[in-house]
Amino acid sequence: MSALAGLPAAAAGIDTGDTAWMLVATALVLMMTPALGLFYAGLVRSKNTLNTFMMCVAAIAVATVTWAAVGYSLAFDGDGSIVGGLGNAFLGGVDFAPRAGTAIPELVFFAFQATFCIITVALVSGAVVERMRFGPFLVFAALWSVLVYAVLAHWAFGGGWLQAGGTLDFAGGVPVEMGSGFSALAAALVVGARKDYGRQALLPHNAMYVLLGAGLLWFGWFGFNGGSGFSTGDPSVLAFTNTLLCPACTLVVWFALDLIRGRKVTAIGAATAIVVGCVAITPAGGYVSPGWAMLLGALAALPSYAIIVWRTRTRVDETLDVLAAHGTAGLFGIVFIGFFAQLAWNGTSDGLLYGNAAQLWDQLLAAIAAPAYAFGATYLLLRLIGAFTPLRASGREEAQGMDVVQHGEEAYVTGEGAILVFPDGEPDQPVADPA
Amino acid sequence: MKLVIGIVRPEQANEVLEALYRAEVRGFSISRVQGHGGELDRVETYRGTTVKMGLSEKVRFEVAVSDDFVETTVEALAEGARTGEVGDGKIFVLPLERAVRIRTGDTDHGAVTPQDK
Repeated sequence: MSALAGLPAAAAGIDTGDTAWMLVATALVLMMTPALGLFYAGLVRSKNTLNTFMMCVAAIAVATVTWAAVGYSLAFDGDGSIVGGLGNAFLGGVDFAPRAGTAIPELVFFAFQATFCIITVALVSGAVVERMRFGPFLVFAALWSVLVYAVLAHWAFGGGWLQAGGTLDFAGGVPVEMGSGFSALAAALVVGARKDYGRQALLPHNAMYVLLGAGLLWFGWFGFNGGSGFSTGDPSVLAFTNTLLCPACTLVVWFALDLIRGRKVTAIGAATAIVVGCVAITPAGGYVSPGWAMLLGALAALPSYAIIVWRTRTRVDETLDVLAAHGTAGLFGIVFIGFFAQLAWNGTSDGLLYGNAAQLWDQLLAAIAAPAYAFGATYLLLRLIGAFTPLRASGREEAQGMDVVQHGEEAYVTGEGAILVFPDGEPDQPVADPA
Repeated sequence: MKLVIGIVRPEQANEVLEALYRAEVRGFSISRVQGHGGELDRVETYRGTTVKMGLSEKVRFEVAVSDDFVETTVEALAEGARTGEVGDGKIFVLPLERAVRIRTGDTDHGAVTPQDK
Protein backbone atom coordinates (compact mmCIF):
# COMPACT_ATOMS: atom_id res chain seq x y z
CA MET A 1 0.00 0.00 0.00
CA SER A 2 3.08 2.17 -0.23
CA ALA A 3 2.61 5.52 -1.84
CA LEU A 4 5.98 5.16 -3.56
CA ALA A 5 5.93 2.76 -6.47
CA GLY A 6 8.37 -0.10 -6.22
CA LEU A 7 8.68 -0.07 -2.44
CA PRO A 8 7.32 -3.18 -0.77
CA ALA A 9 4.42 -2.52 1.55
CA ALA A 10 4.54 -3.59 5.17
CA ALA A 11 2.51 -6.67 6.01
CA ALA A 12 -1.08 -6.18 7.11
CA GLY A 13 -1.43 -5.09 10.71
CA ILE A 14 2.01 -3.50 10.86
CA ASP A 15 2.42 0.06 12.08
CA THR A 16 5.42 1.59 10.37
CA GLY A 17 5.94 4.20 13.09
CA ASP A 18 6.00 1.54 15.81
CA THR A 19 8.31 -0.61 13.73
CA ALA A 20 10.71 2.24 13.06
CA TRP A 21 10.99 3.01 16.77
CA MET A 22 11.44 -0.67 17.69
CA LEU A 23 14.27 -1.06 15.17
CA VAL A 24 16.07 1.83 16.85
CA ALA A 25 15.22 0.63 20.35
CA THR A 26 16.65 -2.81 19.57
CA ALA A 27 19.95 -1.30 18.50
CA LEU A 28 19.98 0.87 21.64
CA VAL A 29 19.55 -2.14 23.89
CA LEU A 30 22.23 -4.12 22.08
CA MET A 31 24.63 -1.25 22.76
CA MET A 32 24.00 -1.64 26.48
CA THR A 33 26.02 -4.86 26.58
CA PRO A 34 29.34 -3.35 25.45
CA ALA A 35 28.44 -0.38 27.69
CA LEU A 36 28.14 -2.83 30.56
CA GLY A 37 31.50 -4.24 29.46
CA LEU A 38 33.05 -0.79 29.94
CA PHE A 39 31.31 -0.33 33.27
CA TYR A 40 32.51 -3.71 34.54
CA ALA A 41 36.01 -3.49 33.03
CA GLY A 42 36.62 -0.19 34.79
CA LEU A 43 35.65 -1.71 38.12
CA VAL A 44 38.19 -4.56 37.99
CA ARG A 45 41.99 -4.54 38.27
CA SER A 46 43.89 -3.73 35.07
CA LYS A 47 45.14 -7.30 34.61
CA ASN A 48 41.52 -8.48 34.18
CA THR A 49 40.25 -5.72 31.88
CA LEU A 50 39.93 -7.74 28.69
CA ASN A 51 38.53 -10.85 30.33
CA THR A 52 35.83 -8.82 32.04
CA PHE A 53 34.81 -7.10 28.82
CA MET A 54 35.02 -10.39 26.93
CA MET A 55 32.41 -11.95 29.20
CA CYS A 56 29.98 -9.33 27.86
CA VAL A 57 31.09 -10.03 24.29
CA ALA A 58 30.62 -13.74 25.01
CA ALA A 59 27.06 -13.04 26.13
CA ILE A 60 26.34 -11.46 22.73
CA ALA A 61 27.85 -14.45 20.97
CA VAL A 62 26.33 -17.27 22.98
CA ALA A 63 22.96 -15.89 24.06
CA THR A 64 22.07 -14.75 20.52
CA VAL A 65 22.55 -18.29 19.25
CA THR A 66 20.69 -20.00 22.10
CA TRP A 67 17.91 -17.42 21.86
CA ALA A 68 17.45 -18.11 18.14
CA ALA A 69 17.64 -21.86 18.72
CA VAL A 70 15.23 -22.40 21.62
CA GLY A 71 15.27 -19.52 24.09
CA TYR A 72 12.85 -17.28 22.22
CA SER A 73 10.44 -20.11 21.64
CA LEU A 74 10.46 -21.26 25.26
CA ALA A 75 9.82 -17.69 26.36
CA PHE A 76 7.27 -16.52 23.81
CA ASP A 77 5.58 -19.46 22.08
CA GLY A 78 2.16 -20.10 23.58
CA ASP A 79 0.94 -19.42 27.08
CA GLY A 80 2.00 -22.48 29.06
CA SER A 81 2.15 -21.79 32.74
CA ILE A 82 5.86 -22.54 33.32
CA VAL A 83 7.46 -22.52 29.86
CA GLY A 84 6.38 -21.86 26.30
CA GLY A 85 6.45 -24.36 23.46
CA LEU A 86 8.93 -25.18 20.72
CA GLY A 87 6.85 -23.80 17.85
CA ASN A 88 9.30 -20.96 17.24
CA ALA A 89 12.43 -23.04 17.80
CA PHE A 90 15.16 -22.21 15.28
CA LEU A 91 13.14 -19.14 14.31
CA GLY A 92 10.28 -21.25 12.92
CA GLY A 93 7.40 -18.97 12.03
CA VAL A 94 9.27 -15.81 13.02
CA ASP A 95 8.70 -13.53 10.05
CA PHE A 96 7.16 -10.25 8.87
CA ALA A 97 3.70 -10.93 10.28
CA PRO A 98 2.87 -8.91 13.37
CA ARG A 99 3.62 -10.36 16.78
CA ALA A 100 0.34 -10.97 18.62
CA GLY A 101 -0.65 -7.95 20.68
CA THR A 102 1.64 -5.58 18.77
CA ALA A 103 1.82 -3.89 15.39
CA ILE A 104 5.45 -4.77 14.73
CA PRO A 105 6.86 -7.71 12.76
CA GLU A 106 7.70 -10.72 14.91
CA LEU A 107 11.26 -10.57 13.52
CA VAL A 108 11.75 -7.21 15.22
CA PHE A 109 10.06 -8.45 18.39
CA PHE A 110 12.43 -11.44 18.40
CA ALA A 111 15.52 -9.27 17.97
CA PHE A 112 14.40 -6.80 20.64
CA GLN A 113 13.84 -9.61 23.14
CA ALA A 114 17.16 -11.20 22.17
CA THR A 115 19.02 -8.09 23.29
CA PHE A 116 17.37 -8.45 26.73
CA CYS A 117 18.54 -12.04 27.05
CA ILE A 118 22.07 -11.00 26.02
CA ILE A 119 22.48 -8.23 28.56
CA THR A 120 21.03 -10.34 31.36
CA VAL A 121 23.62 -13.06 30.76
CA ALA A 122 26.31 -10.37 30.70
CA LEU A 123 25.04 -8.91 33.99
CA VAL A 124 25.52 -12.19 35.84
CA SER A 125 29.22 -12.23 34.88
CA GLY A 126 29.75 -9.35 37.31
CA ALA A 127 29.59 -11.83 40.18
CA VAL A 128 32.44 -14.03 38.97
CA VAL A 129 34.92 -11.73 37.21
CA GLU A 130 38.65 -11.91 37.96
CA ARG A 131 38.63 -15.67 38.68
CA MET A 132 36.14 -17.69 36.61
CA ARG A 133 37.61 -19.56 33.64
CA PHE A 134 36.37 -18.39 30.25
CA GLY A 135 35.43 -21.84 28.88
CA PRO A 136 33.10 -22.81 31.73
CA PHE A 137 31.60 -19.31 31.54
CA LEU A 138 30.65 -19.91 27.90
CA VAL A 139 28.93 -23.17 28.86
CA PHE A 140 27.21 -21.44 31.77
CA ALA A 141 26.05 -18.57 29.53
CA ALA A 142 24.53 -20.96 27.01
CA LEU A 143 22.63 -23.04 29.56
CA TRP A 144 21.64 -20.15 31.82
CA SER A 145 20.16 -18.14 28.93
CA VAL A 146 17.74 -21.00 28.27
CA LEU A 147 17.13 -22.59 31.66
CA VAL A 148 16.87 -19.41 33.72
CA TYR A 149 16.38 -16.35 31.51
CA ALA A 150 13.92 -17.83 29.00
CA VAL A 151 11.83 -19.36 31.81
CA LEU A 152 11.62 -16.11 33.78
CA ALA A 153 10.90 -14.16 30.60
CA HIS A 154 8.02 -16.53 29.91
CA TRP A 155 6.64 -16.04 33.41
CA ALA A 156 6.68 -12.26 33.16
CA PHE A 157 6.31 -11.47 29.43
CA GLY A 158 5.31 -14.57 27.52
CA GLY A 159 1.96 -15.37 29.12
CA GLY A 160 3.35 -17.52 31.93
CA TRP A 161 1.81 -17.82 35.38
CA LEU A 162 2.98 -14.48 36.76
CA GLN A 163 1.71 -12.45 33.81
CA ALA A 164 -1.48 -14.50 33.62
CA GLY A 165 -1.99 -13.95 37.35
CA GLY A 166 -1.81 -10.19 36.92
CA THR A 167 1.79 -9.33 37.86
CA LEU A 168 2.89 -6.13 36.15
CA ASP A 169 6.45 -6.01 34.85
CA PHE A 170 6.96 -3.42 32.16
CA ALA A 171 10.51 -4.02 30.96
CA GLY A 172 12.04 -6.85 32.92
CA GLY A 173 12.11 -6.50 36.69
CA VAL A 174 11.50 -10.25 36.88
CA PRO A 175 13.71 -11.83 34.21
CA VAL A 176 16.40 -9.17 33.76
CA GLU A 177 16.90 -7.47 37.10
CA MET A 178 15.86 -9.98 39.76
CA GLY A 179 16.89 -12.80 37.41
CA SER A 180 20.46 -11.49 37.10
CA GLY A 181 20.81 -10.17 40.64
CA PHE A 182 19.85 -13.31 42.53
CA SER A 183 21.63 -15.55 40.03
CA ALA A 184 24.74 -13.44 40.65
CA LEU A 185 24.51 -14.16 44.37
CA ALA A 186 24.29 -17.90 43.69
CA ALA A 187 27.18 -17.72 41.21
CA ALA A 188 29.38 -15.87 43.70
CA LEU A 189 28.67 -18.51 46.34
CA VAL A 190 29.40 -21.46 44.05
CA VAL A 191 32.51 -20.02 42.36
CA GLY A 192 33.86 -18.61 45.63
CA ALA A 193 35.70 -15.43 46.53
CA ARG A 194 38.82 -14.15 44.78
CA LYS A 195 41.92 -15.29 46.64
CA ASP A 196 42.86 -11.78 47.74
CA TYR A 197 39.30 -10.79 48.66
CA GLY A 198 39.09 -9.41 52.18
CA ARG A 199 42.92 -9.38 52.52
CA GLN A 200 43.91 -6.71 50.02
CA ALA A 201 42.23 -3.65 48.65
CA LEU A 202 40.96 -4.67 45.20
CA LEU A 203 40.29 -1.33 43.57
CA PRO A 204 38.64 -0.22 40.31
CA HIS A 205 41.42 0.45 37.83
CA ASN A 206 39.70 3.04 35.64
CA ALA A 207 36.89 5.19 37.02
CA MET A 208 36.44 6.85 33.62
CA TYR A 209 35.42 3.55 32.03
CA VAL A 210 32.91 3.14 34.84
CA LEU A 211 31.37 6.57 34.24
CA LEU A 212 31.39 6.22 30.46
CA GLY A 213 29.83 2.76 30.73
CA ALA A 214 27.12 4.02 33.07
CA GLY A 215 26.37 6.93 30.75
CA LEU A 216 26.03 4.66 27.73
CA LEU A 217 23.88 2.25 29.74
CA TRP A 218 21.49 5.07 30.61
CA PHE A 219 21.35 6.11 26.95
CA GLY A 220 20.60 2.54 25.89
CA TRP A 221 18.02 2.18 28.66
CA PHE A 222 15.74 4.62 26.80
CA GLY A 223 15.41 1.87 24.19
CA PHE A 224 15.11 -0.81 26.86
CA ASN A 225 12.23 0.83 28.72
CA GLY A 226 10.90 3.01 25.92
CA GLY A 227 10.74 -0.01 23.63
CA SER A 228 9.00 -2.27 26.08
CA GLY A 229 5.60 -0.94 25.07
CA PHE A 230 6.40 -2.27 21.55
CA SER A 231 4.90 0.88 20.11
CA THR A 232 5.08 4.63 20.08
CA GLY A 233 1.96 4.76 22.24
CA ASP A 234 1.36 6.17 25.70
CA PRO A 235 3.01 3.39 27.77
CA SER A 236 6.23 3.74 25.79
CA VAL A 237 6.20 7.51 26.07
CA LEU A 238 5.59 7.30 29.82
CA ALA A 239 8.35 4.72 30.31
CA PHE A 240 10.74 6.77 28.18
CA THR A 241 10.33 9.92 30.24
CA ASN A 242 10.32 8.01 33.52
CA THR A 243 13.73 6.64 32.47
CA LEU A 244 14.99 10.20 32.60
CA LEU A 245 13.28 11.21 35.84
CA CYS A 246 13.82 8.18 38.05
CA PRO A 247 17.63 7.74 37.75
CA ALA A 248 18.14 11.50 38.20
CA CYS A 249 16.40 11.27 41.58
CA THR A 250 18.48 8.22 42.50
CA LEU A 251 21.60 10.25 41.70
CA VAL A 252 20.53 13.12 43.95
CA VAL A 253 19.79 10.82 46.89
CA TRP A 254 23.02 8.87 46.30
CA PHE A 255 24.95 12.15 46.43
CA ALA A 256 23.33 12.87 49.79
CA LEU A 257 24.10 9.40 51.14
CA ASP A 258 27.73 9.72 50.00
CA LEU A 259 27.96 13.12 51.68
CA ILE A 260 26.56 11.82 54.94
CA ARG A 261 28.75 8.74 54.96
CA GLY A 262 32.09 10.05 53.65
CA ARG A 263 31.68 13.83 53.30
CA LYS A 264 32.44 13.53 49.57
CA VAL A 265 30.33 12.75 46.52
CA THR A 266 32.08 9.91 44.68
CA ALA A 267 32.21 9.33 40.93
CA ILE A 268 31.92 5.55 41.06
CA GLY A 269 29.03 6.02 43.47
CA ALA A 270 27.34 8.24 40.89
CA ALA A 271 27.86 5.67 38.14
CA THR A 272 26.32 3.04 40.40
CA ALA A 273 23.37 5.31 41.17
CA ILE A 274 22.61 5.75 37.47
CA VAL A 275 22.36 1.98 37.09
CA VAL A 276 20.28 1.58 40.26
CA GLY A 277 17.83 4.26 39.11
CA CYS A 278 17.49 2.76 35.64
CA VAL A 279 16.91 -0.68 37.17
CA ALA A 280 14.26 0.57 39.57
CA ILE A 281 12.20 2.17 36.80
CA THR A 282 12.56 -0.87 34.52
CA PRO A 283 9.57 -2.83 35.88
CA ALA A 284 7.55 0.28 36.72
CA GLY A 285 8.27 2.53 33.71
CA GLY A 286 4.93 2.27 31.93
CA TYR A 287 2.78 1.86 35.07
CA VAL A 288 3.49 4.77 37.40
CA SER A 289 3.10 8.51 36.96
CA PRO A 290 6.16 10.70 36.39
CA GLY A 291 5.81 12.04 39.93
CA TRP A 292 5.79 8.60 41.49
CA ALA A 293 8.69 7.59 39.23
CA MET A 294 10.73 10.36 40.85
CA LEU A 295 9.81 9.09 44.31
CA LEU A 296 10.73 5.57 43.20
CA GLY A 297 14.16 6.76 42.09
CA ALA A 298 14.78 8.53 45.38
CA LEU A 299 13.68 5.61 47.56
CA ALA A 300 15.36 2.90 45.49
CA ALA A 301 18.75 4.39 46.34
CA LEU A 302 18.39 3.43 50.00
CA PRO A 303 18.28 -0.40 49.97
CA SER A 304 20.88 -0.69 47.19
CA TYR A 305 23.25 1.68 48.97
CA ALA A 306 22.82 -0.23 52.23
CA ILE A 307 23.50 -3.60 50.61
CA ILE A 308 26.63 -2.33 48.84
CA VAL A 309 28.00 -1.05 52.15
CA TRP A 310 27.04 -4.23 54.00
CA ARG A 311 28.11 -6.76 51.34
CA THR A 312 31.76 -5.68 51.27
CA ARG A 313 32.02 -6.53 54.96
CA THR A 314 30.97 -10.12 54.34
CA ARG A 315 32.89 -13.05 52.88
CA VAL A 316 30.55 -13.08 49.87
CA ASP A 317 32.59 -11.82 46.94
CA GLU A 318 29.70 -10.89 44.67
CA THR A 319 32.31 -8.82 42.97
CA LEU A 320 30.53 -6.08 41.07
CA ASP A 321 27.40 -5.90 43.26
CA VAL A 322 24.90 -7.22 40.75
CA LEU A 323 22.63 -8.19 43.65
CA ALA A 324 22.64 -4.68 45.09
CA ALA A 325 22.32 -2.79 41.82
CA HIS A 326 20.01 -5.13 39.89
CA GLY A 327 18.43 -7.70 42.21
CA THR A 328 17.57 -5.26 44.97
CA ALA A 329 16.53 -2.28 42.86
CA GLY A 330 14.54 -4.57 40.53
CA LEU A 331 12.71 -6.09 43.47
CA PHE A 332 12.07 -2.62 44.86
CA GLY A 333 10.61 -1.48 41.55
CA ILE A 334 8.38 -4.54 41.22
CA VAL A 335 6.93 -4.03 44.71
CA PHE A 336 6.62 -0.26 44.19
CA ILE A 337 4.18 -0.94 41.34
CA GLY A 338 1.92 -2.72 43.83
CA PHE A 339 1.47 0.53 45.74
CA PHE A 340 1.71 3.28 43.14
CA ALA A 341 0.38 1.89 39.84
CA GLN A 342 -2.30 4.22 38.52
CA LEU A 343 -5.01 3.28 36.04
CA ALA A 344 -5.28 6.89 34.92
CA TRP A 345 -1.68 6.73 33.67
CA ASN A 346 -1.28 3.11 32.56
CA GLY A 347 -4.77 2.09 31.46
CA THR A 348 -4.19 -1.33 33.01
CA SER A 349 -4.40 -1.41 36.78
CA ASP A 350 -4.34 0.53 40.03
CA GLY A 351 -2.07 -0.18 42.99
CA LEU A 352 -2.87 -0.29 46.70
CA LEU A 353 -2.74 3.49 47.01
CA TYR A 354 -5.57 3.75 44.47
CA GLY A 355 -7.66 1.07 46.12
CA ASN A 356 -6.48 -2.15 44.50
CA ALA A 357 -4.73 -4.24 47.15
CA ALA A 358 -4.77 -7.31 44.89
CA GLN A 359 -2.11 -5.70 42.70
CA LEU A 360 0.30 -5.54 45.61
CA TRP A 361 -0.18 -9.26 46.22
CA ASP A 362 0.55 -10.03 42.54
CA GLN A 363 3.72 -7.97 42.77
CA LEU A 364 4.87 -9.62 46.01
CA LEU A 365 4.36 -13.02 44.43
CA ALA A 366 6.81 -12.07 41.66
CA ALA A 367 9.22 -10.62 44.24
CA ILE A 368 9.35 -14.00 45.96
CA ALA A 369 9.13 -16.41 43.01
CA ALA A 370 11.68 -14.80 40.66
CA PRO A 371 14.53 -14.53 43.19
CA ALA A 372 13.87 -18.05 44.46
CA TYR A 373 13.92 -19.59 40.99
CA ALA A 374 16.91 -17.55 39.78
CA PHE A 375 18.98 -18.35 42.87
CA GLY A 376 18.08 -22.04 43.02
CA ALA A 377 18.41 -22.81 39.32
CA THR A 378 21.72 -20.95 38.98
CA TYR A 379 23.14 -22.64 42.06
CA LEU A 380 22.32 -26.10 40.71
CA LEU A 381 23.47 -25.27 37.18
CA LEU A 382 26.90 -24.08 38.30
CA ARG A 383 27.30 -27.04 40.65
CA LEU A 384 26.54 -29.29 37.69
CA ILE A 385 29.06 -27.59 35.38
CA GLY A 386 31.56 -27.58 38.23
CA ALA A 387 31.25 -31.36 38.51
CA PHE A 388 32.69 -31.70 35.01
CA THR A 389 35.31 -28.97 34.89
CA PRO A 390 36.89 -26.52 37.36
CA LEU A 391 34.98 -23.26 37.34
CA ARG A 392 37.86 -21.09 38.44
CA ALA A 393 41.48 -20.47 37.54
CA SER A 394 44.29 -21.52 39.88
CA GLY A 395 45.61 -19.10 42.47
CA ARG A 396 48.78 -18.63 40.42
CA GLU A 397 46.75 -17.76 37.30
CA GLU A 398 44.51 -15.44 39.28
CA ALA A 399 47.62 -13.60 40.46
CA GLN A 400 48.90 -13.24 36.89
CA GLY A 401 45.58 -11.91 35.72
CA MET A 402 42.92 -13.44 33.52
CA ASP A 403 43.85 -11.39 30.44
CA VAL A 404 47.18 -13.10 29.86
CA VAL A 405 46.07 -16.49 31.18
CA GLN A 406 42.71 -16.80 29.41
CA HIS A 407 43.20 -14.70 26.30
CA GLY A 408 46.96 -14.33 25.72
CA GLU A 409 46.58 -10.56 25.47
CA GLU A 410 46.92 -7.54 27.70
CA ALA A 411 44.75 -4.43 27.74
CA TYR A 412 47.62 -2.02 28.29
CA VAL A 413 50.47 -3.60 26.38
CA THR A 414 53.45 -1.34 25.68
CA GLY A 415 55.18 -3.49 23.10
CA GLU A 416 58.57 -2.91 24.72
CA GLY A 417 60.56 -6.12 24.65
CA ALA A 418 58.06 -7.87 22.37
CA ILE A 419 59.75 -10.07 19.77
CA LEU A 420 57.94 -10.97 16.57
CA VAL A 421 57.40 -14.69 16.09
CA PHE A 422 57.34 -15.63 12.41
CA PRO A 423 54.91 -18.46 11.78
CA ASP A 424 56.79 -20.07 8.89
CA GLY A 425 60.21 -20.52 10.43
CA GLU A 426 61.73 -17.18 9.48
CA PRO A 427 64.30 -15.80 11.88
CA ASP A 428 62.73 -15.30 15.26
CA GLN A 429 65.21 -12.57 16.02
CA PRO A 430 64.20 -8.93 15.60
CA VAL A 431 65.37 -7.20 12.42
CA ALA A 432 69.01 -6.18 12.79
CA ASP A 433 69.66 -2.70 14.05
CA PRO A 434 70.50 -0.61 10.93
CA ALA A 435 73.35 1.17 12.73
CA MET B 1 74.70 1.06 55.67
CA LYS B 2 73.40 -0.87 52.73
CA LEU B 3 70.94 -0.33 49.93
CA VAL B 4 68.81 -3.43 49.50
CA ILE B 5 67.13 -3.74 46.11
CA GLY B 6 64.42 -6.34 45.63
CA ILE B 7 62.88 -6.97 42.22
CA VAL B 8 59.67 -8.94 42.67
CA ARG B 9 56.46 -10.01 40.93
CA PRO B 10 53.82 -7.25 40.90
CA GLU B 11 51.26 -9.67 42.31
CA GLN B 12 53.56 -10.35 45.29
CA ALA B 13 54.13 -6.67 46.04
CA ASN B 14 51.44 -6.61 48.72
CA GLU B 15 52.90 -9.70 50.42
CA VAL B 16 56.31 -8.02 50.44
CA LEU B 17 54.84 -4.86 51.94
CA GLU B 18 53.25 -6.95 54.69
CA ALA B 19 56.50 -8.82 55.35
CA LEU B 20 58.47 -5.57 55.57
CA TYR B 21 55.90 -4.14 57.92
CA ARG B 22 56.09 -7.20 60.19
CA ALA B 23 59.90 -6.97 60.15
CA GLU B 24 59.54 -3.33 61.23
CA VAL B 25 61.29 -2.04 58.13
CA ARG B 26 59.48 1.24 57.70
CA GLY B 27 61.31 3.24 55.02
CA PHE B 28 61.43 2.21 51.36
CA SER B 29 60.38 3.24 47.90
CA ILE B 30 58.92 1.14 45.12
CA SER B 31 58.71 1.56 41.38
CA ARG B 32 57.30 -0.38 38.49
CA VAL B 33 59.97 -1.74 36.19
CA GLN B 34 60.20 -4.10 33.26
CA GLY B 35 62.90 -6.69 33.04
CA HIS B 36 64.08 -10.08 32.01
CA GLY B 37 65.63 -12.60 34.35
CA GLY B 38 65.71 -15.88 32.47
CA GLU B 39 62.03 -16.78 32.93
CA LEU B 40 60.06 -18.32 30.07
CA ASP B 41 58.67 -15.83 27.59
CA ARG B 42 54.93 -15.31 27.40
CA VAL B 43 53.49 -15.70 23.93
CA GLU B 44 50.68 -13.29 23.02
CA THR B 45 48.74 -12.83 19.80
CA TYR B 46 47.20 -9.61 18.51
CA ARG B 47 45.12 -9.99 15.34
CA GLY B 48 47.40 -12.63 13.91
CA THR B 49 50.63 -11.00 15.06
CA THR B 50 52.26 -13.43 17.48
CA VAL B 51 54.91 -12.04 19.78
CA LYS B 52 57.11 -13.28 22.57
CA MET B 53 56.99 -10.86 25.45
CA GLY B 54 60.65 -10.67 26.44
CA LEU B 55 60.10 -8.26 29.32
CA SER B 56 58.01 -8.92 32.40
CA GLU B 57 56.41 -6.38 34.68
CA LYS B 58 58.18 -6.27 38.04
CA VAL B 59 58.07 -4.12 41.13
CA ARG B 60 61.38 -2.82 42.45
CA PHE B 61 61.79 -2.18 46.17
CA GLU B 62 64.63 0.01 47.35
CA VAL B 63 65.35 -0.08 51.07
CA ALA B 64 68.23 1.82 52.68
CA VAL B 65 69.06 0.23 56.04
CA SER B 66 71.72 0.24 58.74
CA ASP B 67 73.94 -2.84 58.82
CA ASP B 68 71.95 -4.48 61.66
CA PHE B 69 68.86 -4.47 59.50
CA VAL B 70 70.27 -5.98 56.31
CA GLU B 71 69.47 -9.61 57.10
CA THR B 72 65.96 -8.82 58.35
CA THR B 73 65.22 -6.84 55.23
CA VAL B 74 66.55 -9.47 52.84
CA GLU B 75 64.57 -12.16 54.63
CA ALA B 76 61.38 -10.11 54.53
CA LEU B 77 61.78 -9.43 50.80
CA ALA B 78 62.46 -13.08 50.04
CA GLU B 79 59.65 -14.37 52.21
CA GLY B 80 57.09 -12.00 50.73
CA ALA B 81 58.16 -12.49 47.13
CA ARG B 82 58.69 -16.24 46.96
CA THR B 83 56.17 -18.41 45.10
CA GLY B 84 58.66 -21.14 44.19
CA GLU B 85 58.25 -20.72 40.46
CA VAL B 86 60.62 -19.22 37.90
CA GLY B 87 60.26 -15.45 37.84
CA ASP B 88 60.15 -14.70 41.56
CA GLY B 89 62.87 -12.05 41.14
CA LYS B 90 66.21 -11.06 42.69
CA ILE B 91 67.58 -9.27 45.71
CA PHE B 92 70.74 -7.16 45.51
CA VAL B 93 72.61 -5.66 48.46
CA LEU B 94 74.85 -2.67 47.70
CA PRO B 95 77.13 -0.64 49.95
CA LEU B 96 75.74 2.81 50.65
CA GLU B 97 78.10 5.74 50.98
CA ARG B 98 75.96 8.46 52.46
CA ALA B 99 72.38 9.15 53.45
CA VAL B 100 70.74 12.42 54.43
CA ARG B 101 67.30 13.00 55.93
CA ILE B 102 66.28 16.16 54.14
CA ARG B 103 64.00 17.58 56.83
CA THR B 104 66.47 17.45 59.74
CA GLY B 105 69.84 17.16 58.04
CA ASP B 106 70.48 13.88 59.94
CA THR B 107 73.07 11.83 58.14
CA ASP B 108 73.89 8.17 57.67
CA HIS B 109 72.67 5.93 60.52
CA GLY B 110 70.36 8.63 61.82
CA ALA B 111 68.93 9.18 58.36
CA VAL B 112 68.00 5.55 57.68
CA THR B 113 66.62 4.82 61.15
CA PRO B 114 62.95 5.66 61.59
CA GLN B 115 62.37 8.28 64.24
CA ASP B 116 59.99 7.41 67.03
CA LYS B 117 56.68 9.21 67.41
